Amino acid sequence: MTDRLLLKGGRVIDPGRSLDADLDLLLVDGEVAELDTRVAARGAEVIDVSGLVVCPGFIDLHTHLRQPGREDKETIATGTRAAAAGGFTAVCAMPNTEPVNDQAGITRAILEAEYGDLREAGCVAVSDDGRPMASARMMRRALEYAKAFDLTVIDHCEEPTLAQGASMNEGPVATMLGLRGAPGAGEAIMVERDVLLAELTGGKLHIAHASTAASVDAVRRGKARGVRVTAEATPHHLLLTDELVRTSEYDTSTKMNPPLRAEEDRQALIQGLRDGAVDCIATDHAPHTVDDKKVEYDAAAFGIVGLETAVALCLDRLVAAGLISLGRLIELLSTRPAAILGLPGGTLAPGAPADVTVLDLSRRHKVDPARFLSKSRNTPFGGWTLKGAPALTIVGGRVAWGHGR
Amino acid sequence: MTAPAYPHRHLLGIEPLEASHITAVLDTAEALREVLDRPIKKVPALRGKTVVNLFYEASTRTRASFEIAEKVLSADSLSIATSTSSVQKGETLLDTAKNLEAMNPDMIVLRHSASGAAHFLARHCRSAIVNAGDGAHEHPTQALLDALTLRQRKGRLEGLRVAIVGDVLHSRVARSNVWLLTKMGARVILCAPPTLMPPGIETLAPTTYRIDEAVEGADAIMMLRIQQERMTGGYFPTLREYHARFGLTEERVRLAKKDVLILHPGPMNRGVEIASEVADGPYSVILDQVTNGVAVRMAVLYLLLGGAEAA
Repeated sequence: MTDRLLLKGGRVIDPGRSLDADLDLLLVDGEVAELDTRVAARGAEVIDVSGLVVCPGFIDLHTHLRQPGREDKETIATGTRAAAAGGFTAVCAMPNTEPVNDQAGITRAILEAEYGDLREAGCVAVSDDGRPMASARMMRRALEYAKAFDLTVIDHCEEPTLAQGASMNEGPVATMLGLRGAPGAGEAIMVERDVLLAELTGGKLHIAHASTAASVDAVRRGKARGVRVTAEATPHHLLLTDELVRTSEYDTSTKMNPPLRAEEDRQALIQGLRDGAVDCIATDHAPHTVDDKKVEYDAAAFGIVGLETAVALCLDRLVAAGLISLGRLIELLSTRPAAILGLPGGTLAPGAPADVTVLDLSRRHKVDPARFLSKSRNTPFGGWTLKGAPALTIVGGRVAWGHGR
Repeated sequence: MTAPAYPHRHLLGIEPLEASHITAVLDTAEALREVLDRPIKKVPALRGKTVVNLFYEASTRTRASFEIAEKVLSADSLSIATSTSSVQKGETLLDTAKNLEAMNPDMIVLRHSASGAAHFLARHCRSAIVNAGDGAHEHPTQALLDALTLRQRKGRLEGLRVAIVGDVLHSRVARSNVWLLTKMGARVILCAPPTLMPPGIETLAPTTYRIDEAVEGADAIMMLRIQQERMTGGYFPTLREYHARFGLTEERVRLAKKDVLILHPGPMNRGVEIASEVADGPYSVILDQVTNGVAVRMAVLYLLLGGAEAA
């Protein structure tokens, strides 16, 4: 029996092919089969998506699934369900698990677990995420060696001695709060270093969670020289600043690494989205238990969950706010992430994987962490009212999640 | 009905207070201070109220000061220090506080090395919380007792030129004093070696790296403690050089106003941030600060616990 799903009457946007039109989309056996003004059902299950936006599935390049090791925070099952509920059809699981995922055996063990709805075959990149590489020599070797397998090095840029003991961004706010700060320069130093190393080696470098103006600038200059470098930014760095640590009175859901930065950094990230210095938006979904967060600020774990808020936040605060177009957002969440890691998705061209995200631009909702499908609730966005949300997430031609379904 | 003079449930810092709230605490302290000169130093103002002093950091002055203030006002109090509590067994701050709360205290006085620890307790506990020093954030009762000392001697705070000199980076005393003095209309100047000046502090008060410039024409000089371990941390090369470049000597005191007041929150490092002749000299009000500390803490307890009977 064949799997046939017809999405009827939606506005299809596929930035990779400069497509924005009202079209029907037919998915057959896990692939995009047909995209036309009117496609006949011919026995397919039909979903009416009129009034909704149909786009290639969103891909999160930066997710912490915590399995193995910290299944109390998240599992592959809960994390991927949260991803689907957030409109993501694929996530890239960062390897800072316990044990660290730096061996094929562990990768296989992770994959052999119920990867279920979201299929992701094989390691697509190597990363030092959460454990920045102090040695330039090691980074050089990683960039060189990865070339042989066309792997991208995903780079957590943080000069460890400057960030030592820090729990937020260095600056006037940290000074007022009496918290030790990590200077933005500690990130930019490593971005500059690793862009130069990528230039030296010809390796493929992807800067994870860029958070400062100087980092964006370093990437922009690297690109202008032809260096193979790309960068991602997170919704929280695009929307929040370190001022929130103060106004929230040390709420530990404002603590993450890299930390929330200053307003000029936030503005530079948005400018990067607009001019292409920043290639994509990734969540850095970092689930933590209540016990890891309900402590003094210094003692709290770094990170916030992001899978179930990212898309709605971007639709409301970036697209509806007029900072970027809807097409650009889809590029940032789908086309570019796929291209950066050479993944098969990111397009609705016939023959592409049937991974589709459907958006409802008019749905208003309030972020309610109690209803997250993720195991964890650590978010600073609880209570935010947002317009626009994922409506339907289709993975491999099957509905993985649908609003109200 | 008029608004209460001190409308807050907690005392977490000086930053959220308005000038009128600060004046209310100082006026109350002034009124209660007289009790300390009586032959029988006890009034029933807080009879039946329970206060827990929860100290996660070593403290002689602050803890003794709170304890005396509690006893003078007839509150029932107990003090818990890290060395004698179950903290050693790895209990979290929240669990410790919740357990203490189960005994229904009216107030918890907290000293903790983590900035924001008092805010954390205030969020999760029912008791009134008094911040007795949290990390490098604030030490509000210290700033209040400094202000009381200045006001007694100078008759006002407004328009005073106050130099704060020393390890501003790690100092909660400096931060609370900057907030308080600025709110009360004093002109503050901060002085430290660049390595001990916190980034962005100039948004709150002017700064200088030259102590002579800081103390020149000052009505008051507040010296901050220099901890020996800062030297090994690479903040400055030697204690000798620190004293020579940033220490308060008799010679430097002469640059200030003739009736300058010298303050220090203690404990002092004689011969490092302050010369002994200055600490023990005619301008020093360091021991007045200690006495006023009790009065200010009595005022805070009284205002927060809503003392039923007038002292």
